[in-house]
Amino acid sequence: MSTIAHTQKRGFAGTVWDYLTTVDHKKIAILYLLAGGLFFLVGGIEAMMIRIQLAVPNNDFVSAGLFNEIITMHGTTMIFLAAMPLLLGFMNAVMPLQIGARDVAFPFVNALGFWLFFFGGVFLNLSWFLGGAPDAGWTSYASLSLASEGHGIDFYVLGLQISGFGTLMGGINFLVTIINMRAPGMTYMRMPLFTWTTFVASALILFAFPPLTVGLFMMLFDRMFGAGFFDVAMGGNTVIWEHLFWIFGHPEVYILILPAFGIFSEVIPTFSRKRLFGYSSMVFATVLIGFLGFMVWAHHMFTTGLGPVANAIFAVATMAIAVPTGIKIFNWILTMWGGSIQFTVPMLYAIAFIPSFVMGGVTGVMQAAAPADYQFHDSYFIVAHFHYVIVGGVVFGLLAAVHFYWPLMFGTMLSEKLGKVTFVLFLIGFHLTFFIQHFLGLMGMPRRVWTFLPGQGLETGNLISSIGAAFMFVAVIVLLINVVVTQVKNVKVGMDPWKDGRTLEWAIPSPTPFYNFKQLPLVRGLDPFWIEKLEGKTEMTPAEPIGDIHMPNNSFTPFMVSLGLFIGAFGAMYHVDDKGWAIPVLIFGLVVTFGSMLYRSIKDDHGYHIHKEELLDDANKGGTR
Amino acid sequence: MKQKLTKGRLLIVFALLTLVLSGCGEPFLSTLIPAGEAGQIAYDLMILSTVIMVGVIIVVSIMFAVAVIKFRRKKGDESIPKQVEGSHVLEIVWTVIPILLLIILTVPTVITTFELADTKAMDKKNEDGTTDALVVNVRASLYWWEFEYPNQKIITSQELVVPTDQRVYFNIKASDVKHSFWIPAAGGKIDANTDNVNKMWLEFDNEKAKEADNLFYGKCTELCGPSHALMDFKVQALPQDEFDQWVTAMQTVDAEAAPQDPQAAAGQEIFNQKCLSCHAVSPADARPEAARLAPNLADFGDRTRVAGILEHNEEELKNWIANPEAYKPGNKMTGTYGELSDQELDQLAAYLMGLKLEK
Repeated sequence: MSTIAHTQKRGFAGTVWDYLTTVDHKKIAILYLLAGGLFFLVGGIEAMMIRIQLAVPNNDFVSAGLFNEIITMHGTTMIFLAAMPLLLGFMNAVMPLQIGARDVAFPFVNALGFWLFFFGGVFLNLSWFLGGAPDAGWTSYASLSLASEGHGIDFYVLGLQISGFGTLMGGINFLVTIINMRAPGMTYMRMPLFTWTTFVASALILFAFPPLTVGLFMMLFDRMFGAGFFDVAMGGNTVIWEHLFWIFGHPEVYILILPAFGIFSEVIPTFSRKRLFGYSSMVFATVLIGFLGFMVWAHHMFTTGLGPVANAIFAVATMAIAVPTGIKIFNWILTMWGGSIQFTVPMLYAIAFIPSFVMGGVTGVMQAAAPADYQFHDSYFIVAHFHYVIVGGVVFGLLAAVHFYWPLMFGTMLSEKLGKVTFVLFLIGFHLTFFIQHFLGLMGMPRRVWTFLPGQGLETGNLISSIGAAFMFVAVIVLLINVVVTQVKNVKVGMDPWKDGRTLEWAIPSPTPFYNFKQLPLVRGLDPFWIEKLEGKTEMTPAEPIGDIHMPNNSFTPFMVSLGLFIGAFGAMYHVDDKGWAIPVLIFGLVVTFGSMLYRSIKDDHGYHIHKEELLDDANKGGTR
Repeated sequence: MKQKLTKGRLLIVFALLTLVLSGCGEPFLSTLIPAGEAGQIAYDLMILSTVIMVGVIIVVSIMFAVAVIKFRRKKGDESIPKQVEGSHVLEIVWTVIPILLLIILTVPTVITTFELADTKAMDKKNEDGTTDALVVNVRASLYWWEFEYPNQKIITSQELVVPTDQRVYFNIKASDVKHSFWIPAAGGKIDANTDNVNKMWLEFDNEKAKEADNLFYGKCTELCGPSHALMDFKVQALPQDEFDQWVTAMQTVDAEAAPQDPQAAAGQEIFNQKCLSCHAVSPADARPEAARLAPNLADFGDRTRVAGILEHNEEELKNWIANPEAYKPGNKMTGTYGELSDQELDQLAAYLMGLKLEK
């Protein structure tokens, strides 16, 4: 494993093994993309079932109980298992390259983070086949989730706990990477916006996930060992769960949207051929949004009965977030102003994002007005609002990133023609589905209803909404076709495929060598690659002579650590049913996990070096693989 | 003069918006056709915020459209645009203007938050413990609502009866899992918690009530289980004198009286055997809350819906009693009274439909 030669072509089994053991951030990014994409499809199918059920009044496409399972899994899957991992995937793929690093700070932990997420997600989704999925909504409010029968909520608690560990590790890893591994000259105020948003989102993960972990543990103890944290009869309090959940839950939406902001902040300057307008205020706004994100959680609880003082304070705090967000919107528009805009697919998503997200943002401010929110809360207005920000913001960002970074990750270019078809269908479908839902909510339709009765003026709106969902569904199918066609054709593109790349990730050969940078680049300002190109150069000025590169060895241990927790979770869950095999399975799972950790601790693994000669040799051949 | 002009324009925008929005939904359900003071407060704030926000959207959209159209790349244009770093003036402008807009929104938000939370009238107790204000204790249970009038000492369920043109105060709580109490047309919602009692007030305007045929729809707005979507209730908003009549009639119900109709009398027999342990037919039900396991049916014959959702006739009533699971999955009534024959169903239905108040 110690030479470049091992990266040459190998069989299918060899490739699978390579991915199971990889610690390379680029391959982990692909794993995140695959797993996140898969869960995105699952969540999308659940969304379609919701819209089919609600297309007409009194529909019986799915039963009431099943519907609650579907909405719960749709929300949970899309947030925890699709949007966040897909963003983590792009962070992995792009951020180390953007700061001129050879990998993340802890490659092993990076792999561990992925496998924990993956096994947690698989565990959660296995609930469909093992007696029913969780059915208390993605927020899983305590009184209902404690009353919920079967193992659905146990799957939710254990699955999210495991995948949450993975996300937390990912966040810490990115923080350390960005603090420690920037290339010479890459000061904080020269970092690309996507790196900045990754940095702030990682800090949010670091502070937001522990409350969720605590809440989930309390829920676990309540359900499995009869603790009474949320049991009113035993002196518990269900409102505590709401606080814990939203202290996590509100920063979570910024964990999702900030990296999407980062993606747009890369796409817009690239295709406007103009540097980001107001870079420092963009950084400031990002940090401020991240900070304020922790101050506003109780706006999800205006109707819980916290009293007028709390409601008024949180209302004002929430409105304040509109200011830095507004700064960002205007900076993006001014970046385009005076530029030379090229309408590539990623740019189309960025352009569509601005008005769509503004519409989602302003309804956010409207909901911050607490007395108005007493009307909006838990109605379809809320459903419309958060889909406007999450689909119009995060999903548009992800779709832009898929097209924008595809050449960086796979060396090929997705079809622009099919990409535009997806874009048009998705944009139409998105507005058709969610715009009308504002009015459904105002007309008195509560959210999370499995059916509605005729004669309440809700028929037309729901039908329109369902038709829109079908458009989005077709759009995603076209995207899948695009991916398959592109990879089958396999037409390789070279370095800087968009021609106007500005940041370091476009300055390296395509496909990216597994050690990223032969020599670490010297960064001379914001948009370093652009600076070099303006001076007529085609590559970065190196900051160091060619020397040996230290690389980590592949490892199967992350997979085993995660697998152990996955197995152990079944034991923990079925222990409640007094199954004889439950405790042994739990112990076996924990032995696998801790045994793997012990193995990792006592086995010396110093990695390996790529020698200078090999690098030179490699350069003569024009890149690796 | 100029000021007047802008004010006039603003008024026109308001009026247009109101016109457009009031075309939305049904008067008995829509938040856009507020039926009283609390609803109006929320509505005014919604309109104010909508006007500001639509303004923001228009400004942003125009800037955005101009930028995208004007600065698109011409074919073959390989020029490099001027690399602008930023502009302090612009940055300050688009920081300060949003702050000013938010202040405009913040002031009424804070004032109305406190106004809507003002339930002091509930605490002004007379010597006998009653209040001058009309108080209703709302208790939410899996898929039904109980309304207790502590001053009048009557209990009803599924159909809240309130007088118009005065503030009605509510104590709201849940008996099993969390629910949320919402009468969209009358005003905002508040959660029915299992931990504590929440208080709020609503007001029903007499004129607006008439437009909705004196009957508003209420909803549960917190996911509470499979039949969350069907946990509806109704609100009869009556003029004060009619409300007083209703109270008197409720207070004088003789639950023991045997019905004239032999069919109904047989139904009463069945009811007493199979249903009375959970349901009650006396509005003055003296049992403690925990023992009131099912809706009080004292004025069932006068109601507008069976189980909150089905049309109010004997046929639907029999369907419901024969198989409640088919209509409200997960309800607590299914399987608690065994099989009933068709004849028994007929008799029960006759009895229940006969439970009307003296007019």
